[in-house]
Parts: sequence; C-alpha cells; structure tokens
Amino acid sequence: MKPIVATNDFVVKFANVNGSGSASANGMFAKVILRMGVPVGARNIFPSNIQGLPTWYEVRVSEAGWLGRRGGVDLMVAMNPQTWDADLKEIMPGGYLLYDSSKPLPASKFRDDITIIGAPLTELIATEFSIPRERQLFKNICYVGVLAQMLGLESDTVKQLLTEEFKGKDKLIEPNFRAFELGRAYAEANIPPIGLHVNRSDKVGDRIFAEGNDAAALGAVYGGATFCAWYPITPSTSLAESFQKYCTMLRKDADGKNRFAIVQAEDEIASIGMVMGAGWAGSRAFTCTSGPGISLMNEFVGFSYYAEIPAVIFDVQRGGPSTGMPTRTQQSDLLLAAYASHGDTKHPMLFPGNPTEAFEMGAQAFDLSDFFQTTVFVMLELDIGMQEWLTEPFKWDEKRRLNRGKVLTYEHLEQGVPFGRYRDVDGDAVPYRTYPGTHPTKGSYFTRGSSHDKDARYSEKGEDYTEGMERLLRKWETMKSHVPAPIIKKAKKRTPDGVIYMGSTDPAMEEALCAMESHGIHLDALRVRAFPFNNEVFDFIRDHEQVFVVEQNRDGQLKSLLVNEGGVHPARLVSVLHYDGTPITARFIIKDITEKLQAGQAAALPEKAK
Amino acid sequence: MTYIAKPSLHHPSLERNAVGFTRRDYEGRISTLCAGCGHDSISASIIQACFEIDLEPHRLAKFSGIGCSSKTPDYFVSPAHGFNAVHGRMPSVLTGANIAAKDLIYLGVSGDGDSASIGLGQFCHAVRRGVNMTYICENNGVYGLTKGQFSATSDKGSKAKKGAENKDSAIDLVMLALQLGATYVGRSFSGDKSQLVPLIKGALSHKGTSFIDVISPCVAFNNHVGSTKSFDYVREHNEAVNRMDVISPRAPIRADYKPGELKEVVQHDGSILRLRKLEDDYDSTDRNAALGYLARKAAEGEIVTGLLYVDPEASDLHDSLNTVTCQLNKLTDQELIPPLSALEKINASLR
Repeated sequence: MKPIVATNDFVVKFANVNGSGSASANGMFAKVILRMGVPVGARNIFPSNIQGLPTWYEVRVSEAGWLGRRGGVDLMVAMNPQTWDADLKEIMPGGYLLYDSSKPLPASKFRDDITIIGAPLTELIATEFSIPRERQLFKNICYVGVLAQMLGLESDTVKQLLTEEFKGKDKLIEPNFRAFELGRAYAEANIPPIGLHVNRSDKVGDRIFAEGNDAAALGAVYGGATFCAWYPITPSTSLAESFQKYCTMLRKDADGKNRFAIVQAEDEIASIGMVMGAGWAGSRAFTCTSGPGISLMNEFVGFSYYAEIPAVIFDVQRGGPSTGMPTRTQQSDLLLAAYASHGDTKHPMLFPGNPTEAFEMGAQAFDLSDFFQTTVFVMLELDIGMQEWLTEPFKWDEKRRLNRGKVLTYEHLEQGVPFGRYRDVDGDAVPYRTYPGTHPTKGSYFTRGSSHDKDARYSEKGEDYTEGMERLLRKWETMKSHVPAPIIKKAKKRTPDGVIYMGSTDPAMEEALCAMESHGIHLDALRVRAFPFNNEVFDFIRDHEQVFVVEQNRDGQLKSLLVNEGGVHPARLVSVLHYDGTPITARFIIKDITEKLQAGQAAALPEKAK
Repeated sequence: MTYIAKPSLHHPSLERNAVGFTRRDYEGRISTLCAGCGHDSISASIIQACFEIDLEPHRLAKFSGIGCSSKTPDYFVSPAHGFNAVHGRMPSVLTGANIAAKDLIYLGVSGDGDSASIGLGQFCHAVRRGVNMTYICENNGVYGLTKGQFSATSDKGSKAKKGAENKDSAIDLVMLALQLGATYVGRSFSGDKSQLVPLIKGALSHKGTSFIDVISPCVAFNNHVGSTKSFDYVREHNEAVNRMDVISPRAPIRADYKPGELKEVVQHDGSILRLRKLEDDYDSTDRNAALGYLARKAAEGEIVTGLLYVDPEASDLHDSLNTVTCQLNKLTDQELIPPLSALEKINASLR
C-alpha cells in the first residue's frame, strides 16, 4: 500500500485516557499549526466521566480552510490500550500509526497497510523524570516533540506556546522544554521522514481560535447582561464560568465592586425563576443549560411568554433524550425550546453557526428579549460550545447602544403618557412596561401567569383572553423581521435543488457543497439563523423543487418546524439526518445527498406539492 | 367575599404619615377570599405596618406564588408592583428582582402549601442566601383552593374537616428558618394584630432575611375541633415570648417600659426594635437558645409567638455578591459595555 503523502491537508487523531492530562498537549499541537499559518479544525471527543475512560482529540489540518470534520484518520496517535483495536481500524489505508513502543506488542496488533511508528515514550520520560504524575504529563509533551519532528512543526513556535502557557508558573517551562526535546531528538535520530508534512503558510489571517461557550459569555457581557443564575450541567457549565471570568476582568468599578451578579442556583427551576425576577425588574439576565435543564424550566418559560418578561437562555445542546449522551453533540432541542411549556406558546431561537456568531447572538439575544419581552433561546451545540474553532475575530460597533425596548420612565409618566401594561399602542403588538419603583402613583401593575386583560387585571372573560393571545401572535409576526436573516448561497449553476441547514453543520456543509459542485451536483444553500423563520426561508423553499434539510437529530426537528410554521408540504423537504453524537462530516453529507439524488427523491414528490 | 367596589375617593381629613400618604394609599383591590379568612387580617396588618413605617407605597415590591395566600398581594398596596409567580417558586423570582433592583423593599407572601411542599427547596435556599426580604407564610395548615387537603405544616394527629387524621409529621418553618440562617424570625397569629403589626414593621426595616410564620385559620376547611390551626386552638395555646414596638429612624424615641423588662435592638437602618420580655428565660438574640425553646414548647403543644430571633448586624445577598452601590438595573451602557480595546486584547489572546 502506497503511504499517504500530503502537505497541510490531513487528519491526526489522538487516542488518550481521560484525566491523563493530554488535552493541553493536544490543544498545543493544534495551535502550533495555526501559528504556522495553516487552518485547523479541532474536536475534543470526550466521555461523560472524570477519569479513566477513553478520550480522543481530532485535528484536521487544511490549508484549503475546511474546518468541519472530514471523516477518516491519516495519522493515529494511539496512547490508549483500551481502544487500540478500534483506533487501528480508523486509520485510512496508507496512513500512519504512532504508538508508545516502550513495551513490545505482537505483530497481530498491527496492520500491514499502514506505516507503524514506535517511539519509546515511557522509557524516554523515565530517564529524565521520577515523579509519577510528571511522567504522565510529560509523556504527552514528549509525543508532541516526536510529532513536531515527524511533521515539520517549528520547535521555536512550540516553545513560544509553552512559555505563554506557563507564564506565571515559570518553573514548569524548563521541564516542558526538556520533555519536548526528548521526543523531538528521538524522532530526529530514529524516525525516517513520513508522507505528512506541515509547511508554514498564510491562510489563518487574523482569525482567532475560540470556544463558543466562551464567546457567548463574552457576548453576554457586551450585550449588557448583569445577572447570570445557573446550575451546573454539561455542556453549558463553561459558559457561566466564562461569564464570571470576563465580568471579573471587565465589570469592576473603581472600588472593586461588581457591576454584575452571578448565583449558582439550587436547580434549573430556581435559575430561570431568578432570571424572570431580574428581567421583570429591568436587568438583563440569563441562564445557561442543556436539554434536561430546559425540561425543568418549562413552566417559567411559558410564564415568560404569557406575562411578557424578558429572559435569555443559552441552550448548549447535547445528545438526548433523557440523560442521553451528555458529552456528545446534537441539534435535538429545537422542538423542546420552540414550543416549551403548556398551552399555546412559541419562543424565538437563534442558531449561531460558529463562535463569532455565538458572540454576536449572545449580545443580540438581550436586545431581542428586552424589546419583545419574552424568553429568547440561543441554541448553541456542544460542537460549537465546547470546541475550539478557527473563527473570525470578535467585533463590536462602539456606537451601538443597548436596546432596552419599550420602557416608560418616571418622566414619561409625569408627562401623562398613558399606561396599560398589555396594550398595543404602536400597532406592532409590543406593549410598554415599567420597572418596579418607577413612580409613586402611576405605572404600577400586577404580573401574573393567569389570564389578564389589557391593563394586567385578572380576567377570565373569553374576549380578554383571546385578545391577549392574538396580540401575542401578532407580536410573533413582528419578530420575524427583527431576528437574524438567513444566509443564502446560490450555486454556480441554476438548480432545482436546495439545502437548508443550521448551526455547527456550516463548515461541513461548505466543504460538501464545494465537493459536490466539482462532481456536477449543484445546490442552492440556506443557513437558518433564527426562529421565527424569516419569510426568505419560505421563499427559498418555494423556489426549489426539493430542498434537503440537513440536521443533527433523528426526527428532523428543523423540518418539522418548517412544515408546521410555513405550511410547507412535507414531501418538498428531504431530511438528511446525522445523530450519532459526533459532529457531522462533509463526507456524510455528500454521500447521503448524492444517494438521495440518485434515488430520484424528487420523483416521489406529489404533483400538488410541486 | 364581596363584589362591592371600593370607592376611590379619600376623605380629605384622613391622617397622613411622614411621607404624605394616608392608610388608604396602602390598600389594594377587594379581597376575593372567604369572609373571615385569616389572610385578610394579615393583609390589614401589612397595610398598617407599611403606613406606620412611612414606606412610600411604590417602593414596595410584592411577590407570591400560587394559592389562597398568594392571591393576597393584590389586596394591599396597589401602587406597588406585584408579581404572582408559579406555585412555590416565588423565592427565586423575588431573589432575581432583588438582585436587579436592591433599593426596593421586598415582601414575599406565601402559604404553607406553597412554602412547605412544592416550594420548600426555594424557601430554604432563599433563606440561606440571605436575600433581603420579608417572607410571610400565611399558614393555615390546609390546601384551601383545592378544598381541604392536609398540607406539610399540618400537625401529626390533627383532624381534617371530614375527620381524617394526619399521619405525617409537620414541617415547622420557623425552626427551619432558624437553622438555615434567617436573621429575623417571628411567629404570630392573624387574629393578634397588636402583635403582628410591629413584627411586620420590624421585618420590613430589617436588612437580611426576615421570616414570619403567621398562623391564619382557614374558616372553610380548617377551623374545627381537632385542627391545630383553628382560631380556638391557637388562642388557647398561644404563648408570646415578648411584646414588641418598632421605632423608625424618623419617630421620636419614647421610654414606655420600665428598665429591666426591656431590650432595645438597633437595626441597620436605624430603626429600634423595642422588646418587652414576657418569658424571663427567653433571649431573642440567641439562635441556639431559640431553637431549644421552640422545640420544648412544641412538644408541649404550645405555639410560641413573638420575635423569636433577630441579628441586627445581618448582611444580605448583595454583600455576598459584592455588588455596586447603584442598582444593577440602573447601570448605563457606558458602565456595562467594555471598551473596544478590551475586545481587541481578548482577540489577541486567542491567536
């Protein structure tokens, strides 16, 4: 078998044991390549466990800039005996295996269609380090040294990163250098050049390497959020922790006092309850959670809808149902969030497609929730939230002002501006509100989840109830032109086929579209960025004979929403579904769409639906 | 229950308090509770207390959950914003509002079903966080709106209206509040306005978590022989540990009691709680002693009332959170949005 030969275009996967300290070494490997100007897509694939179970880190090196998962592995760094057999199988024919050869393995443990590279990492480290924990940690840096030599990574860049990593813990810098050099020198002396190589390039530009949860938290800071009430749950916990980090950095006054408040609540119900109270009283407040948390928050979310109280919920989606796969990614909370709670409800959702959008939508969600006085869901996914993505730098327009929505002040009330809490004064179905304590005699009202009239008075009269519910529907219509518009990309050739997708599918879809185009398959593409759907989404469907809806769940939840909200005939929409918990790959999309096109999916379309 | 609308006119000669409001300014809509309901008496006491401490009505923020008691915030202090939350989850909503707008006076009104069953967790956690609020439990030991089921505060062995006996132990919210760190704890009886009004006044003036358990007989479902929350039972077993007066910072200080019988406690806002001992061995500033005393008296079937514990030096949740002096909901864009240079620095750190 001919070995794979590739420069700046290959996939490396690390198989490790959770808790062995490999994450920082693997992350450093990815970052070195970025510093060399070559785009990288990295995925940490980890178990729902603290220690001992298998964990993987996959790095896609792609000068062409494809950042989604490609599928297949060119070089496996196999450091976990438990998963050896499965890891070995994943290597592409002609690929490479790097393993710790300190202990000999029988020939039956290898494949003859790949190149086997042994490096006695444990032995090497044992010569220099005596403390067991050090031996474990430095073994990781040692294999980075081996890889650096094998692949042509710049040693100076590695050392620069190590220096930055351990700034303030200077004692750790020298031993890390030593471990790195051990591996590098061994490879220089013992490992012949392989077919995979990294060359310095200039394709990274000013892009940053950021996690979506961190970005969304920073967006919340710029969006004026002053209060976070949260309860720990994977994969949203790091969002609250980042909010704490950024607030501590950016929101202290001259006396060291906090212009923010963060409460770790006793549960998800209390979290959203506190957010309701703060939103009602005029602070921008949010919680972050995942599917199981949303289930618990349902009652309050319905309350927010009916009593019209602003709130923001960051839902970092993971594999469901039930406890499901807490550390795997999915797009499976759409229906749960869209119609959360009992009775007739609808809630806006934003779908960031990368950490930069997580930052932007993290801020925008607060303007929307204040203006429309309702809960806004920011639908992150584990794949965006907890993974580092190469993404555009965060931008902020200094002239931008926070849109607090329709709030009557003391001055308004003094001037005699009439107030009725649920009156549609401006014809957009969005009412005015007052904050508690505004005026001694005017503007107070009673907030309740039970039915009320236009002036917030308890009323069980059918006409008061239906009037309120119909106004909420009109408010929903107004919202359509305020939420982020979809991004549409036309194919190079006129085509009857389209594809709709959202969120973390974006990089894999971009690559798939390009690859399919080179094979003569042309698709117009639309990335949905918000619910309620903008009219452009339905125009797009109307303008195509068939539209593939690519999503990462079993039941085609985005398709269901499109059918339900737009009256689209279901046969016009063809589901492409990926839901094994791993991020979707370009190869999967290409294969599924190609097969469906070849099977003549459009032929099955009922005449009346065309 | 009445459907007669209250006249909106005020008699010009009505007495005004120091901030210019009459007692009528603290009233609310007409109650829809049963005639004779203890909860209405508590509403009247709240109205009286707010009037007497010269609280500007709009500076009150009133909260409740679901249930008979939770209807009552609509029946007092109309110029205040009110919030009728979901069942048992009022404490979290109040906590959030308090974090956003700390300068208001927070009053949560709840019931025994709301507080001791579905909302027990939220009650506990709001108390342990030290939310600056007055939490009144209108405790009738029964589910009134759903017509007479036992609640979690119904005493073991007490009888329901139809004769069924409660087999479960009761949760004593006062004991719980003391254990969880509430810094102002009292118990009273809806029929004892002379005791209840000063208790509420002191609580509203207190910085930190104030909890008042008010036994409030349910005339429809829990006011019969065998009930330990009936008017007759409470009157016969009520044992007050002290009598209390509250002197607000603005009021002249008068010496009404003889030295030796009196304990004066100065609170954060300058108000003075003037406690006249009725029980020689009771010290309302000793949390552990209060717990022991209450346990002994409970075993004897007595209902101990009065100000049971106070820590005048209490801190609150905002102290723990180290928040700025200004209310969070009043921070300006300039104070909230970091400069562009900060964002550029963050971008640089991510390369």
